[in-house]
Amino acid sequence: MKVAVASGKGGTGKTTVSLALAAAAETPCLLLDCDVEEPNCHLFTSAEPWRTEGVDVLVPEFLGEGCDGCGSCVRSCRFNALAGFGRKVMVFAEMCHACGGCVLACPHGALREIPYPIGRLEFRHAEGFELITGVMNVGYAMAPPLIRQLKTHLPTSGLAVLDCPPGTSCSMVTSVRDCDFVVLVTEPTPFGLHDLRLAVETLAELKLPCGVIVNRAEPGVPLIHDYCQEAGLPILLEIPLSRQIAETCSAGGGLLDACPDLKEPLQALLAQTLPGLLAGRSVAS
Amino acid sequence: MKEILVISGKGGAGKTSLTAALAGLMAPCVLVDCDVDAADLHLLLQPKVQETHPFISGQEPVLDASRCVGCGRCEELCRFEAIRLSPAGQPGFVPGACEGCGVCADHCPAEAIAMTPRQCGEWHRSTTSAGTMIHARLFPGAENSGKLVAAIRKTAKETALAQGCDFLLSDGPPGIGCPVIASLSGVDFALLVTEPSVSGLHDLRRIIELVRGFEVDFQVVINKADIHPAMTADIEDFCQSQRIDVAGKISYSRLFVETLRRGHTVMAHPGSEPEQEIMALWKHLSSLKAFQKTPNNDKETKA
Repeated sequence: MKVAVASGKGGTGKTTVSLALAAAAETPCLLLDCDVEEPNCHLFTSAEPWRTEGVDVLVPEFLGEGCDGCGSCVRSCRFNALAGFGRKVMVFAEMCHACGGCVLACPHGALREIPYPIGRLEFRHAEGFELITGVMNVGYAMAPPLIRQLKTHLPTSGLAVLDCPPGTSCSMVTSVRDCDFVVLVTEPTPFGLHDLRLAVETLAELKLPCGVIVNRAEPGVPLIHDYCQEAGLPILLEIPLSRQIAETCSAGGGLLDACPDLKEPLQALLAQTLPGLLAGRSVAS
Repeated sequence: MKEILVISGKGGAGKTSLTAALAGLMAPCVLVDCDVDAADLHLLLQPKVQETHPFISGQEPVLDASRCVGCGRCEELCRFEAIRLSPAGQPGFVPGACEGCGVCADHCPAEAIAMTPRQCGEWHRSTTSAGTMIHARLFPGAENSGKLVAAIRKTAKETALAQGCDFLLSDGPPGIGCPVIASLSGVDFALLVTEPSVSGLHDLRRIIELVRGFEVDFQVVINKADIHPAMTADIEDFCQSQRIDVAGKISYSRLFVETLRRGHTVMAHPGSEPEQEIMALWKHLSSLKAFQKTPNNDKETKA
């Protein structure tokens, strides 16, 4: 089962929940940190990487020989990553989406593809689970290729938890795609509710099932509950608003350190609630 | 006119709450919400939408099924896992995966795929009590968030110049990727919001590395500073070691959430701790060179 942990809004507790799920799991669990722009899961483990793997994309290199200045490569590029000056082509690698179109378009073999580093994957044996973190190089703009590379390490069976980037754009969609279930973490504020709606709208387009964890839940604040009832979304768990949890997590501690009582509900979520929801869904469809 | 960006690396650090509070102090100003895929500033500033425009950027493939011969060349060439073949070999385009490169269309031997302009979102021009606000909504999973940010910043800048405003204030997106880069290039000053946590400091270091690459003037503000005083001290030490000024500290206060629930900002509560701390922050910021009013300089005449 591949469980994505996402949210529209940043800072709602995706990483906290992802780590707690991985730590609580009763079966072996792989945690992927897909928030490659600002990955944080590794800050909550003392494990050093046992392996690091560089991630490249393929960008064109102008070879010169054979170019007759026809301009096919420049015309084929929809990202303005190439500029032609007579029989010379300049490549702007940071604009390149690595689609390979220019190399295919060149009739003279005057371009070839070379690796361009965009980041790395770090592998750690964390306390009770395996962690793979994607780290995008600062200054590089496009996260999806790195997320796709990270996701090639997903096992074909067993439990995986994916800590996703905030928002609803291409990075988030690349992370949640092909997961079995998306856990949306939100908070009972107008920001939390608004961005939850956006995330639910996005997942509906992707036809992915989801449920909600209300973080910093307060008694007597029905904001999220009212919406979930109206939208027919299950509330999977509530994590109480607590200064103690905030302080523990600020210092690099886990949710279960501050709130050991949550271990059982998290285990039940993974072992019963989510499989139950997925089974119900496959019966319904 | 000075363009000021509030940015953080980490989500949920308090960018939007701080931007909304500063907006009232910079008024009349022009506001722009650069967090185009999860925009929230409107929830605090209650803009009245005056105009809505489609945002069209890039292209998307459209299949002419009558021409498709089912050869699968498109799927083979696509680098974005954006094409999945039906059992009959016809391509289906995966929502949100296509980057619009056109390789499938350019190399289809049956010319069965055409590239058409793609609407990626919409943007609005609105009025708020602090001034004109330009905000947008990127469609779910859409590409080109950086281009949408660049487009609304350009409109906002033109508006600020036309109205003779002293400030253009931007609420930035989280992360360090394309919408952040598009928000950052060419601003006069970036205010980096962080929080005293291991994640806050980690993300601050990465955003600082990015901002330094753009040679933009910046300072740091520590939000929720009293949640973890030791970590706040670590952030201050880090900033000092990097010769970065801490512009201010803001204490954790329930007033932020309470006022948000009522749809206004903490500045509506004069004398409250958050209001006092933000006033002190503003006093400091407004003394900086980057905040001084400029006569019509060459940047403005160019625009």
